[in-house]
Amino acid sequence: MPHDHHEHLSPSGHPYRKDDDVPLTYWQTMEIAMRELLIEKGETAAAEIARQIDAMDARSPANGAAVVARAWVDADFKARLLADAAEASRAMGFDIGPLHLIAVENTRDTHNVIVCTLCSCYPRNLLGLPPDWYKSRAYRSRVVKTPRAVLREFGLDLPADVTVRVHDSTADMRYIVLPARPPGTENLTEAELAALVTRDSMIGTGVPRAPDLRQPA
Amino acid sequence: MMPPGHIRAPAYLRGKTGVVERRLGAFANPEKLAYGLQAEKRDLYRVRFSMAEIWGAEAEAPDDTLDAEIYAHWLEQVQD
Repeated sequence: MPHDHHEHLSPSGHPYRKDDDVPLTYWQTMEIAMRELLIEKGETAAAEIARQIDAMDARSPANGAAVVARAWVDADFKARLLADAAEASRAMGFDIGPLHLIAVENTRDTHNVIVCTLCSCYPRNLLGLPPDWYKSRAYRSRVVKTPRAVLREFGLDLPADVTVRVHDSTADMRYIVLPARPPGTENLTEAELAALVTRDSMIGTGVPRAPDLRQPA
Repeated sequence: MMPPGHIRAPAYLRGKTGVVERRLGAFANPEKLAYGLQAEKRDLYRVRFSMAEIWGAEAEAPDDTLDAEIYAHWLEQVQD
């Protein structure tokens, strides 16, 4: 009956989410215990923790997009970015903490893609939190063995004469792909160029938007 | 496949031959850091492997490459 069906849906037509009436996991308990102890001993304060969460949430792929667009319009900055991407990002005013960052450049004959097979290393201090799929076992295990097949699933079918370089963030470095500047963008401003740079194009699972597909600013 | 402990040299690269792509400098040994121990600095390298070297005949495109960061104590020099 239609009525029965609707009982399981919210007024907006989505299923109700179940309450999380389950016991805390070991690590959830550990996190709460550590946090409460640190606050109790005056090492930090709840407001400080909230500020740090705010700061992390405020970081977004737009920061990386600004860095990429600058490299597209300024050859000196691009050279600086490829020499030391952390130093170049700081010079643009981004507070990326102790991040060690390497930029890898896509060209006519090379396409780069980033992964962390051991865990989920990602340049969070510049790009914000990684997408969920980046942390999945499927992405992490498959992209090192069949990167071309994985990229095809992202809608990127690379010709055989383009070399794919996979970068596994196994230790202290984090990576950002410097995608190739799309054709037909000669007259765009730096801000308009930045709007073409997607998160996935900086991971290497995509390429920048074509200028006619640009989202309105 | 993985020895016990916090090891950052991935198992799929064990025994494979690559070329140092660049030297990254010295970083605190993660195998000690993970246990809150005094961690000495170890040299870290970016090493480039061909997909053919890693996956053999199963490689999707043999000349594609994989770069990983490997600590000096997980590397040994090969004679050409």
